[in-house]
Amino acid sequence: MTESAPREDHRPGAADIAPRLADLEVGRTVVSARIPISRADLVRYAGASGDYNHIHWNERFAREVGLDNVIAHGMLTMGSVVARISEWAVDPGAIVDYRTRFTAPVVVPDAESGAPDAPTAFLGMTATVGAIDADGGTARLDVEVTSGEEKVLGRTQVKVRLQ
Amino acid sequence: MAVNTELQGTSYTLATPYEVSREAIAQFARATGANNRAHFDAEFAASLGYRDVVAPTTFAVIPAQRAEGLYISLPEAGIDFSRVVHGSEQFTYTRPIIAGDVLSATCHVDGLREAGGHAMVTTRTELTEAESGAPVATVVSTIVVRGEAA
Repeated sequence: MTESAPREDHRPGAADIAPRLADLEVGRTVVSARIPISRADLVRYAGASGDYNHIHWNERFAREVGLDNVIAHGMLTMGSVVARISEWAVDPGAIVDYRTRFTAPVVVPDAESGAPDAPTAFLGMTATVGAIDADGGTARLDVEVTSGEEKVLGRTQVKVRLQ
Repeated sequence: MAVNTELQGTSYTLATPYEVSREAIAQFARATGANNRAHFDAEFAASLGYRDVVAPTTFAVIPAQRAEGLYISLPEAGIDFSRVVHGSEQFTYTRPIIAGDVLSATCHVDGLREAGGHAMVTTRTELTEAESGAPVATVVSTIVVRGEAA
């Protein structure tokens, strides 16, 4: 039986696990994820954000204003994407700039059967290093976001400040 | 009613500053699938150098959309909210938002233009420390108001 010596002198801290600027390489994908979205997620986001626009929860209203069905808040998509990048960065404060364009709606139909919170849409995302500013201590990540085959966000860029 | 381009250059400030709570940060983080411990665990946030839990990047949209709402809901703005779609969004941080912050929010109507029967409205909301006025974050948002014929 082995017993590891206590190592109170070194507990791994955030600085040890955070990505380092010197380790990044332009063109390298650093985050990729598949993000399920359910109608329940839209209700949850409405409550958390205070955005109760009817198009995000009422199908009749959504169709009346010319949509195919209820759509996700653009800001839910934007927030869900950066959440994965924040986990990678370890320090949420490393993200100093985040921008996107909403190019197509993410349609989130009611689940036809089973649990009401079953996901009915899936976002795909990949974040790739687009540029490194060694002097400024920042990197730009270019992010592709799709729902099914369709691009739903355009020109999505995240600027991160790293050691 | 068309969008009123005469309101370009006007600005609107929340009557009461927005108080950032741990609960609101945790609720917003859960709603966006943000699992970074710094949103929930003050001790972990402290290890990163923060006095309390850190808000997710897009959390700033809460006070920003409230300030934007002061303008968008004005009858004289001429914005039919049922015809609004979100065009673009940008967050630029001077420093992260931390639980306990008390933030002033002022929405500036920077751009109002009509194109192809639609109107594009660009607002810039400045979030600042209510007490000191020190800058915290800037939120630039563009909405598209679809024309009646579209």
